[in-house]
This record gives sequence, structure tokens and C-alpha cells, in this order.
Amino acid sequence: MGRLLLLWRLAARDLRRHPVEAVMVFLVIAAAATTLTVSFALNGVTSNPYQQTRSATAGPDVIADVIGAAPAAGSRGQPAGAPATQAAGTPAAIASLTGAPGVTAHSGPYPYLYSTIRFHGHRVDVVAEGRDQAPAPVDQPEVTQGSWVRPGGVVIARGFADALGVHVGDQARIGGQPLRVVGIAVTAAVPAYPSSLCHLACPMAVPPDMGLVWLMRSAAHQLAGQGSAISYLLNLKLASPADAPAFAAAHRGPPGAAPVLLYPWQSIRGADDALIQIEQVALQFGGWLLGLLALAGLAVLVGRRMTEQTRRVGLLKAVGATPATVAVVLLIEHLVLAAVAAATGLLAGWSLAPLLTSTGAGLVGSPGAPSLSPSTVLVVAAVALGVAAVSSLVPAVRAARTSTVSALADAPRVPPRRPLVIALSARLPVPLLLALRQLSRRPRRALLNAFSVAVTVIGIVAILASYARTSGTNPGISNLRADRLDELTAIITVMLAILAAVNTTFIAWATAADARFSSALERALGATASQVAAGLSTAALLPAVPAALAGIPLGVEVYHLLAPGQPLTVPPAWQLAAVFFLSLLAVTALTGVPSRLGARRPPAEILQEA
Amino acid sequence: MTSTAPVLQTAGLCKTFGTGAALVRAVDGVDLDVATGEIVAIMGPSGCGKSTLLHLLGGLERPTSGTIELAGRRISELSERSLARLRREAIGFVFQGFHLMDELTAVENVELPALLAGRSAHAARARATELLEQVGLADRAGFWPAALSGGQRQRVAVARALSNRPLIVLADEPTGNLDSAATVEVLRLFEALHEAGQTLVIVTHDSRIAATADRLISMRDGGFIDETRMTGGTRGDLGRLVGLGGQ
Repeated sequence: MGRLLLLWRLAARDLRRHPVEAVMVFLVIAAAATTLTVSFALNGVTSNPYQQTRSATAGPDVIADVIGAAPAAGSRGQPAGAPATQAAGTPAAIASLTGAPGVTAHSGPYPYLYSTIRFHGHRVDVVAEGRDQAPAPVDQPEVTQGSWVRPGGVVIARGFADALGVHVGDQARIGGQPLRVVGIAVTAAVPAYPSSLCHLACPMAVPPDMGLVWLMRSAAHQLAGQGSAISYLLNLKLASPADAPAFAAAHRGPPGAAPVLLYPWQSIRGADDALIQIEQVALQFGGWLLGLLALAGLAVLVGRRMTEQTRRVGLLKAVGATPATVAVVLLIEHLVLAAVAAATGLLAGWSLAPLLTSTGAGLVGSPGAPSLSPSTVLVVAAVALGVAAVSSLVPAVRAARTSTVSALADAPRVPPRRPLVIALSARLPVPLLLALRQLSRRPRRALLNAFSVAVTVIGIVAILASYARTSGTNPGISNLRADRLDELTAIITVMLAILAAVNTTFIAWATAADARFSSALERALGATASQVAAGLSTAALLPAVPAALAGIPLGVEVYHLLAPGQPLTVPPAWQLAAVFFLSLLAVTALTGVPSRLGARRPPAEILQEA
Repeated sequence: MTSTAPVLQTAGLCKTFGTGAALVRAVDGVDLDVATGEIVAIMGPSGCGKSTLLHLLGGLERPTSGTIELAGRRISELSERSLARLRREAIGFVFQGFHLMDELTAVENVELPALLAGRSAHAARARATELLEQVGLADRAGFWPAALSGGQRQRVAVARALSNRPLIVLADEPTGNLDSAATVEVLRLFEALHEAGQTLVIVTHDSRIAATADRLISMRDGGFIDETRMTGGTRGDLGRLVGLGGQ
């Protein structure tokens, strides 16, 4: 008990003596923990609004879809790039499903086709579904404004109407036909815009963001008569909605028959979840990157703290502390800080998550409060404690191994000797000579610096790649998914940049502090303060160059891994060049101040300390 | 070897630290002339301001008041950059703690000032090799500092101080960390430098080293209190003089 008390007292007193460093450790871990918590807290938050919409609209349990024969690609009313289907589908191909065991109600088959809507100068791809004026027993969209379909009128899905800025009473052209917007409605039968019906059965290899509109059956057939292929949808209600996936699997058409596709309601909910999932992926990716940056920053910070505490370690050992005690004191300090940071991150993440759970206007009802599962708490705590433990381990073991006598004398650690670097650097200008020798003294720190720069560049390039990929396919109209991702990626980019800047400053500060003796000696031997400062800055810049270069392809590849099945997206060359040069500029600027401050101290003062 | 022309001159040199009641006059109104080729030893108790004076002379610190002239050039008013150039070209330092770079071999340590002065790697290495020969350590050129004795390390440090052919070498307690045998090694080296006409200012506690100088200055509380011209010199009789036996 006394021993535990002693360990705690030593750790607590040391934290109190170095409050700024303690706060920095806390902040970097808390930032990573918050980001991860938000990403985990978003799991399943869209279930609530989808279920409310399903009840309000008598949402189908299974949708059967038979795709009609498409005319040549690019024909009137057909989105460009649409391949021709193999066989023509007819309502008869799905009508038999109404009598299948387990089916309790149905609506349709309803004709639908791909078309375009023109409104206020915008031309956007839509799925136009032909409906009856009479209410349907299954999938009767909930009209939130205006009325249901009638001759000469069109009803627009609410999420799409909001994005397009269309209102009841406006005039729009569907496939060239002028129609009046008579209503705005929501449905649970198709995922909300920007996914829309194309999520279910899309003839395009790369689906555009499509809107959903309802019009009279006759109007749909009239559009089809202009050259668009017509397909059919059948909405089914089952006795057991939970068995919808099994029903869909059991009733797929035989090979060679008209292509019948069946979608259980769970897959539609999943598509609505995709709005949140894209945020989750971005947040998890950002959270892990921030965790890695925190690891690099902490490793430098802790290493520097250990260098400062060499004499304290010697004193502890001299009065009988074992090497393990010394290591444990250091670990306790950082684990305590990490535990507090993890708790703060969990709380902050849980509080912030509701800001990111809006499903837009495509569904009715509001998302439930994000919940923190035990596994989320466990993962976030493990990441925070793991980062603290791993970053403390090497310095703690090194401190524990230091001989008591040399620790008491505060003797500087003999740096590794690199004859090749010394010989090569002798042929270079003074700043490069000093930089290369500085790098060879602290190779681990150079690696951490390179790692930090690489992680930041990877993050920013991946974000740029995702931006290039997910920006809406309908320029000029708002896109909930792209807008949300833009906001989120901006936040993650700023957090990454801040943490990387903090890391770079830590590294420069620690390098300048560790190099104070050699810098003072170099100045006593005739190097100018500017040469010494330039040497320290160059020492930070040299590993940053290959790291930033490597980060660019890695960032593209990381995005590709996070978005499987998507075509490889490479951000424009000017953006990549800007990331590369700006990251190096940032390293130069951030290391300049600590390097200059470090080189300004009078050399005589430092040499007398040694 | 000693010329009467002063290579280094100070007038009313003062250096204070702190303010008010905590004001400390580390160097207080020092006037000093050092002739070319002269060895000047400055002695005094700990804290009397010897090392601070040496740092002022070498441009490592700036005086609070007074002037310092090196070869007729007022260095107390030079910019940081010019001071660095001056240290590189005209001044050599020898420290009590050697201050060798642990990760550099003896020859790499010695060539460092030449490289900082922008000499070619080849020229710097040639000069370093020559200096190591001069200090009797040609066979230790590739040794790490940790593998050298204290006396050898200080000889490497002296060789480094001579790398850029300085006008003056400033030595701060050069034998303070050495045993008697190593002290003799360094004294012999200083004697050889003196023979070669090198100007030296040595701050020391050690009366044996002071005995080798042309002039001995005693210092207390930041000021000079006594000055003795050592006319007998030490040539050829160093061992007997310092009480360590003949050569």
C-alpha cells in the first residue's frame, strides 16, 4: 500500500510540476478519443426515422422490380451511359408473386422509367413512377405538402424537392412534358435522395444522384412512348416482415428469364443508413489518423520529458528505487492522463454525435439519441491507453536502464555514430552539414517527424480523393451527402492539421532543446546563430520531403481501401502539389520559431551548464 | 617570440547580471592588453569572474559596458553574425570539459571549425591531420573521444582550437579535469604553441599552469588585483618547474 502511495505521489507531483506538458498530452489523446467516439456513436441512429416513415406510409416489406428493355443508350429520356438490358420485363413477370406464401397485401405493379426533370435551369436525372390517384394499401407515400398525384400533376419526393428548391405549384418539365408540382411526399419504399431509386436497380455503371417523382400511370406510359424503357415495381407486405430477406432470396427468377430483382425493406433502410455510414467511415478514418498522430506527438513529448528528468531518475535510483519503479511512475502519469482524456473524449463524442445524425428531409421523424455501447467505451479507452503506453514505453525503459551515476551527473546520452553521414556532410554547405549530423544523432525523432507528416498528408489526400468522388453529380443543386461530407472532412482536415502542427512544433522544440549543447559548441566554434537555426529547421525538413511524397500515393490508396468497389479517384494534380508544398512550408515555418529561439540563447551559458 | 603590439585590448570592461539588490558585477572595469605571442594566465578563486571575462574576450557574451578590441577591431559592437565569423577566423576556445562531440572521431572533431568556416572537406581534413600530428595524436585520429584519456581529449580540443589558425587561443581551466600526468601533456603543448608564437589567454586555478605564462594576473570580485610579469619563462624546464620530474 505504501509503495502504491509512493508511486502515485511521485506521478502526481511530477504532473503538477509540468502542467503545460500534461495538458498537451491530455489534449492530443482527447482529440483522437472524441473523433472515434462520434464515429462509433453513429451506429444505427437512422433506424428510428426509417421505422416512423415505414409506419406512416405502409412501407413495403419486399419490392419486386422487373427491368424493361432499354432503347439505345443516350436516347431521349434515358440517362447517358445506360447499358441495354438483356430481356424485356413485363408486369406479368412479377404479378405471380402476389400469390406467393406469406404475402398478405400488395400494390402495383407500377410502371417506372428513367427520365429527367428540368426546373429553374437545372436538368437532373429522375425516376418517374406511375401511380393511381386512389390510395395504395402498400407504399402510399405520405404527402407532407399539397396533394397526391392527379392528371397533369407531379408529386416530388421531399428530400429531392428540398435539394432542387421546388415547391407545390411550381411548373417543371419531366422528360420534356410540362407538369405542375401538386405535392411533396415521403416514402419508405426507396432510399432518400441523393440515393433514390437508382440504388435499387440502376442501369448505369456509375449511378448518378437521382431524384424520385410520382405521376399518373398514364403520364408514365406517355413518357415511355417517347423512347424511354419502362420497368415495373410491385410492393409486397409479408406476414413476417423480418423474413423479407429470405423471401427475396427464395423468389429470384430463374437464369435466362426476365430480370426480376427483389429488395427486402432492410436493404432500403441500409441505403438510408449510408448517409450516416459515409460519415462514420470518414470519422473512423480521421479518428485512427488522429490516434496515430497523437502517438507520434506523445512519443516525442514523453522522450523529451525523460531527457529533462534524467537527474530525477538518478535521485530515485540513488535512494533505492528499482528500474521498474522509475518506469512505472512514468507510465502511471501518462495512463492517468490518457484515462481522463478517454473519458472526456467519450463524453464529448457522445454530445457531438447528434449534430451529425440528421437524415435530411427524405424521412419523417427524428433520429434517436446516439448511444455508447460497452464495446465503444472499450475501444476508445483501449486506443487512448494504448497510445499513452506505447509512447511511454521506450523512454520509460531507457530511463530505467540509465546508470544511477550517469543519471545523477545528468550526462548527455552518447548519440549513435554514423561515419558515412559525417563524411558526406563534410562536403555540404554548413546548414546541411549541421542538419545531417543532427538527424544522425536523433534518427528516431526524424522518423517520428516523417511519420507525422506522412499521416497528415495521407489524411488530407484521402479527404481530397473522397471530395473528388462524392461531390454531387448534379451541379447547382444541394446534395445532402456531399454537403455533410464536406463539413465533416473540413473538420477532420483542420484537426489533422492542428495536431500535425503541434507535433511538428513539439519535435522542433525537443530537437532544439536536445541540440542546445552541440548548437552552443558549434556557435563557439564559429557557426552563426542563423546557420544553427537553419540547420535545425533543415533537420526537420529533410525527413518531411520523402514523407510528404510518400503520403500522396498512400492517401489515394487509403481512400480506395475505404471505398471498395469505387473507381480509383485521384485528386487533381494542382491539389496534390499544393498539399506537398504547403506541408513542407508548414514544417519550415513551424520549426523556424523553436529553432531560432534555441539558437538565440548565449552559447557561453549553455556550455557552462554542460 | 612575444611582440609588443597588443593583439587584444580591453578598456573598462564590465559585465553585470541581475538588477537592483541582486546585481552581480561578474567583471568590473577590466583593462587588459595582450601582446602577440604572449601567454597570459588569469588566476583567482571560483566565482571571481575569470570565465565570464574569457567569454567576453571570445565574443561568447556581450559586455555591459567597456570595449574589447581584437587586432585593432572593436568586437564589443559587432553583430552576432560578425562575432560568429570572428570566432571562426580569429579565436580558438579550449574548455575545461573538453566539449568534444562524442559521435565524432578525434580528426572529425578537429576539422569541424574548418568545415564551419566553409573550407573544403579535403583542406579541412588535411589541416586536422596536421594538427593532430602537432599535438602528438596522429595515431589516435580515428579514435572516438570516449576511447581517449583526459589529456588526449584536451589535446584534441587544443588542436581543434587551432584549426583556423586563430590570432588568439582562449583556454578556460584547460587542466581542471586532468590528472597530473595529463596536465603535463597539456602544458607541454602550450609550451610548444608559445614557441610557435601563438597568443594564449589561460584562465586557471592551477598555479603550475600559471607558472608557464609570460604574465600572471590575479583576479578577485570581477577586477584585476595584481599582475606579475614572469620573465624567467619555462622553456625546456617545464617538468622541474611544475614539480613533476624532468623530461
